[in-house]
Amino acid sequence: MTAPQTLPNSLRTGPDDRGHFGQFGGRYVAETLMPLILALEREYRSAQADPAFKAEFDRLLKDYVGRPSPLWLAQRLTDHLRESASEGFGAKIYLKREDLNHTGAHKINNCIGQILLAKRMGKTRIIAETGAGQHGVATATVAALFGLPCTIFMGAVDVARQQPNVFRMKLLGAEVVAVESGAKTLKDAMNEALRHWVANVHDTFYIIGTVAGPHPYPELVRDFQSVIGDEAKAQILEAEGRLPDMLIAPVGGGSNAIGLFHPFLDDAGVEIVGVEAAGEGLDGKHAASLAGGKPGILHGNKTYLLQDDDGQITEAHSISAGLDYPGIGPEHSWLHDIGRVRYEPVTDAEALASFQKLTKLEGIIPALESAHAIAAAERIAPTLGKDKIIIVNCSGRGDKDINTVAEALGVAV
Amino acid sequence: MTRFAATFAKPETALVAFITAGDGDTAANLDALVAGGADVIELGLPFTDPMADGPAIQAANLRSLAKGTTTADIFAMASAFRARHVEVPLVLMGYANPMTVRGADWFAAECAKAGVDGIICVDIPAEEDAELGPSLRAAGVDLIRLATPTTDPARLPAVLEGAGGFLYYVSVAGITGLQQAAQASIEEAVARLKDATDLPVAVGFGVRTPEQAAQIAKVADGVVVGSAFIDIIAQHGDAAAPHVEAFTRSLADAIHGAKEIAA
Repeated sequence: MTAPQTLPNSLRTGPDDRGHFGQFGGRYVAETLMPLILALEREYRSAQADPAFKAEFDRLLKDYVGRPSPLWLAQRLTDHLRESASEGFGAKIYLKREDLNHTGAHKINNCIGQILLAKRMGKTRIIAETGAGQHGVATATVAALFGLPCTIFMGAVDVARQQPNVFRMKLLGAEVVAVESGAKTLKDAMNEALRHWVANVHDTFYIIGTVAGPHPYPELVRDFQSVIGDEAKAQILEAEGRLPDMLIAPVGGGSNAIGLFHPFLDDAGVEIVGVEAAGEGLDGKHAASLAGGKPGILHGNKTYLLQDDDGQITEAHSISAGLDYPGIGPEHSWLHDIGRVRYEPVTDAEALASFQKLTKLEGIIPALESAHAIAAAERIAPTLGKDKIIIVNCSGRGDKDINTVAEALGVAV
Repeated sequence: MTRFAATFAKPETALVAFITAGDGDTAANLDALVAGGADVIELGLPFTDPMADGPAIQAANLRSLAKGTTTADIFAMASAFRARHVEVPLVLMGYANPMTVRGADWFAAECAKAGVDGIICVDIPAEEDAELGPSLRAAGVDLIRLATPTTDPARLPAVLEGAGGFLYYVSVAGITGLQQAAQASIEEAVARLKDATDLPVAVGFGVRTPEQAAQIAKVADGVVVGSAFIDIIAQHGDAAAPHVEAFTRSLADAIHGAKEIAA
């Protein structure tokens, strides 16, 4: 009677066999890459059917990454928000502590899965793009663990503003290439990684860091990240004996968010909120592709993009380098269009305030990405009854952001 | 007979010349290409994120966009070119997003109206043909497909399905303008492609000198040169046309004579 119900019209079956989520997704790549993309898909299907692959993935997540990550009841934050709420209001807030993973964020879950695929395919070199450097560090980490040479592409502007992560990657043995093209940030790093990949397809595996890019990347990254939602579901049932009323997660490309959301998509009673980076506000410079963009084709997939009338991609802005990207994963675009997930914007200023608030109230320094989700929770929790439960994805830790935050607050570190 | 068919029916190998629209004095450079002996023109639609291009064409894209070049400007350049040069095939080459942003039907209709003969879209492989192919074919505009060293024989029929104009063989697995493929691998690939299709086969990527072009011209129906023109335009800016014409002539002489020398 209480067995999970499989809905006849499940929202969890995508993408279709051509890699599309509704009109989104697909494989928009140069012909040179197409055979490799098809080979990757074949290898992934074979890995999915291989119990040894899953066993090795699970072993590494447990013993190397340190999973499961805790589900923490943020009682002081909950109490604080109840103080300003009407009588009987103020939902209970849990944090999914992805910040406690090895390397400090959810990124490592996906890197473990992809490097196992690289090994299966016999690839001997690893490349990746990175914005803030979290995915670069996670990739360099698994490359070190597996003894594979690794090259990380990072925009020159990001290299300058994320020096500690650049040094970490180098310590881990990675080569870091500072990308000088375009605006010299994440989008340009991805362009350069794709260019490098096209020229080195024979021996190189590209570990894409988010649920974007050509099929099958959005699918396989989602699957590797779904451990977040699977754990959260078991943990909340253990703690509360029922499912949550709401999930909230930050969305840049959207890998931590889809990882939390996907196992809950068919649970109709669970409201789901993705948080986009509204930067200086939707009237100014921002990175909210759904709120301020329209469908288009970039980096191998069709999805919502920030662009002008001629289809030229416009520069994104967010205080959070991990959200500073003019696109979003195609499955999010689809979930937005069908209305299953609601996407809300949060500005730099709101994220900065929540960054400080969570740090003081809970003793948890969240990543600026995660602070966007905390800010949305602060906005929403007081409007829900005390008996309601929200799970917020604390997708990463904020140590990497202290210089950015100090600068924004006018503090010399 | 289409302009492509008429061009490739000639006994000598065709010089296919690429420049980026809006980089330098495009109208003057286009005229210089024709005057110098180019047989097919590829006009690049600039894009903010030219993922398949090397440093030279990336920079040309950004120079053009920085000057404010719009899609409407490019169709105006194409229409004006067609009015001046009635017989020279004109191809627009670029990326999917600027081509599809107003809908594929709109783009195809604009191409037809401007006298554009064919389209090369770097990031729409055969698997995503529905995005652009049907609209172009309905408008009578050829969709020119790319084959690469990684296109295996099992894939080739899918690549050729719905292809028109000519087949563009990207001779290196890489980006534009950098390394050149070994002549033997080009000869093997062209022979394999010509077994599989009646379309003319043009070879490009990394071809920078008349000597290289002449070698390839012995076996191919067309030789594509791009980055070398872009370098000239980058160096001479709005006064590049005479230099473009001289370089075009050196390439055209080498390419057009190649098969007679070989015979």
